[in-house]
Order: sequence, then C-alpha cells, then structure tokens
Amino acid sequence: MLNFPENVNEAVAGIQDGSTVMIGGFGNAGQPFELIDALMDCGAKDLTVVNNNAGQGDQGLALLIKEGRVKKMICSFPRQSDSWHFDAKYHAGEIELELVPQGNLAERIRAAGAGIGGFFTPTGYGTMLAEGKETRILDGRGQVFETPIHADVALIKALKADGKGNLVYRKTARNFGPIMAAAAKHTIVQVSEIVPTGGLDPEIIVTPGIYVNSIVKVA
Amino acid sequence: MSVQSNDQAALAAGIRKSDKPLGRNDLARLVARDIKPGSFVNLGIGQPTLVSNYLQPEQNITLHTENGMLGMGPEATGDQIDGDLINAGKIPVTELPGASYFHHADSFAIMRGGHLDICVLGAFQVSATGDLANWHTGAPDAIPAVGGAMDLATGAKDVFVMMTLLTREGVSKLVETCTYPLTGIGCVTRVYTDKAVFLTGPGGVQVRETFGCTLEELQDMVPVPLTAAPAVGG
Repeated sequence: MLNFPENVNEAVAGIQDGSTVMIGGFGNAGQPFELIDALMDCGAKDLTVVNNNAGQGDQGLALLIKEGRVKKMICSFPRQSDSWHFDAKYHAGEIELELVPQGNLAERIRAAGAGIGGFFTPTGYGTMLAEGKETRILDGRGQVFETPIHADVALIKALKADGKGNLVYRKTARNFGPIMAAAAKHTIVQVSEIVPTGGLDPEIIVTPGIYVNSIVKVA
Repeated sequence: MSVQSNDQAALAAGIRKSDKPLGRNDLARLVARDIKPGSFVNLGIGQPTLVSNYLQPEQNITLHTENGMLGMGPEATGDQIDGDLINAGKIPVTELPGASYFHHADSFAIMRGGHLDICVLGAFQVSATGDLANWHTGAPDAIPAVGGAMDLATGAKDVFVMMTLLTREGVSKLVETCTYPLTGIGCVTRVYTDKAVFLTGPGGVQVRETFGCTLEELQDMVPVPLTAAPAVGG
C-alpha cells in the first residue's frame, strides 16, 4: 500500500540491520541525499549497499561508509578522486567489495525486477571479473552467466510523483532509479513535488506506481 | 559500417604520413575525421573526450553517454551547469536538440545490444589480436574500478583505442599478449597513437599511417610483426 510519510526519517524508519539497500544515483546526479542522511540517523547497520559508486566527498553514501554502516558495496566504480572514505575502509579491510561491470550491474538489477533468474552476457568474458562463473559459447561468443541483484529496500530520487506513485525524473538523474524501484521489495522515493492523481500525463510516466511504496517530498 | 571505405577516404585526404609525432589534439582531430557520418558514438573518459571538440556538424554524429543520454552536447559552462545533466566522467554537459534520456539498463542495452557504431577508449595495453587492457593495473593495493569499460569493449561495433604508443619508460603498449588484466578479448579494431595508426584483428597488425617515423623504425619500437595496410601500398 502506497504511503506518503511526513518526512524522510519516518520514510526510512523500517530499514533493518543487515538489509540490502539499493541507492539510486550516478555520482551526485539522482543521489537521494536526504534519504541517505535519514538512513544514517536511523542507525541501521551491517548494510549491503548497491550503487554505481562508493560515495564521493563528505556527503551522502560517503558518510554512511565513513561511519561503518556498510559492510559490503556492490558497485562498478568505487575509486574516484574524492572517494577517500571508501578508500580508507577498503585498505583497512573493513568493507567488502563486489565489483560489477556497470552494464552487468544495471542488467542484474533489471533482471531482479523482471523476475529473471539469470542471463548470459559477453561482458567480462575472459576477464578476472568472470572468474568462477559459469560460461558458455552462445552464437559463437563466449558469454558469462550473471544472476539478479535483489534488495530489501531502494532509496531513489525522482522529480515528481502523483497520488498513485507514478514517477517522472529529470535528465541524467534518472539513471538507476527506474530499475531499482522494480528490483526492491520496498521502494522509497524522494521527490521535489507531489502532484494530484491525474496531474502527470500517462504517456510520459517513467516508473509506474506499482513499483513504489513510499513517497516523501523534500525541499 | 565500412571501416575500409573510411580508411580510403582518410588516405584520399592525404594524411597517410606526417613528419612528426601527433599531439593529443591532432590525434583527436584524426579520430574525429575517421568517424563515419551519421554514427552513434561513445567517447570514453579522458583523452577520447577530446574527439568531441573536432566533430563537425555536417558529420551528424550522435554522442551517447552511459549514464543515460543520447544527443549529448559540449561541456556546460556558466549558467548552463546543471547537476542533473552530467556525462560518464561526472562533468556537467549540455543537451542538443533531439536528445533523449533513458534509464541505466536501457543505456547499457544500447551498448550491449550492438547498437553503437563506435566507442573510443583509452588503454594501458592492446594486443596484436585486439585484446584490450584498460581498467586495472593489477597492482595488489589498487582499488579496482571497471565502470562501463567491459560493456563498451564487447558491445560496440567498432572499438577504437587512443593512447601514446610507448609508456614513459619507452615500452610499447601494443603487445603480443596483454600483461595487465583484460577488459575484453579481440575487441579492438583500431589503435590511434602519437606515432602510428594500427588496424588490429585476427590477421595481425597492419599500419595505416605513421607520424614522424618509418615503418621500419616503428617495427623497432613494437614487439609484434607489423605490415603496411593494403590501401597504404608501398
């Protein structure tokens, strides 16, 4: 049942220790900073976080990592010029890393939301990221078996929601939002604006409300 | 797309040989000139991004960025800067008329489904058969980060590499077998370097152009057998 919490703290209150949490965003674009700050405040720990990166600078996901709430990162590109909090935890052996090619990350998330048990892809074939995985030659190409990534919770950012939970995004801030919304058991969305039901043109809705559980407006 | 006809066009343009090694911008200009009109192209982070500076409007090239956009325009400046509109390198960019946005799985389906004509990538090493190593030095203390490199390498119809031919220590990055961890196998079709343009594939390495050196001098620098590309002639 769709709900509209009063604030971000109420929205994330049910997130348990040990959860797998998908966090939208590519770099800072589409990163739901307010929801991440609320996740920090709620104290949940031993989290497995799925995001393209592993935090930048001293905000959002980077702080969650700094505070030791994240036991494992599943991402494609952790190392950046300003990923110092992840770097420190990694070198100290205090965080586990599952490194996934970005297209596999996206498709594994998509597969989870679409009920697909796994898929073969040429990406990564013959590389160290395919070590230990099942391979086949299909259509004359070496391919690697990849499995879906499910999550307990997704925290994403959209531009607008309507009363049915339908979402539209803004520019490249869309990135992982739609597929994470479908892949998680419980999807929490922060938006800039909530419009009345019927206020969004059905032809331009990107994420149908069926994938959404909670919507919270942030300033 | 037809690589061969492109190469012939390049030859007709008289750029088969230059007297001195090419700088980064000259190399970017050359790559831009070799991109067939109407192509859908992804430019990797770093040196390949320079190519966008030399694409001509009449080429009608559409740039893809893996974070979910076709029709990417130049880097944003001043009031154009918008945190919701960035490229794969997380640099603010602009949108061109006819641009489109899509989510990450669709964006990678564009690559992985073989819809992109060309991607241009940097590299640590390329092998004689077109294996690519560009994501990880393999150093034990290095934090590995792969991003979209493996998807681009295996998905684009043509993979062009831009790199200096030699490391700072003077060692060829065009090698018999890559010693760095691989990004993709047999995926690179062309290598643009400061000293020559190489065509790679199952038939070995052919040299299309040289810059400031002869084929013989080039052969002395590179540990794989080189032949002149047929179109180059004698």
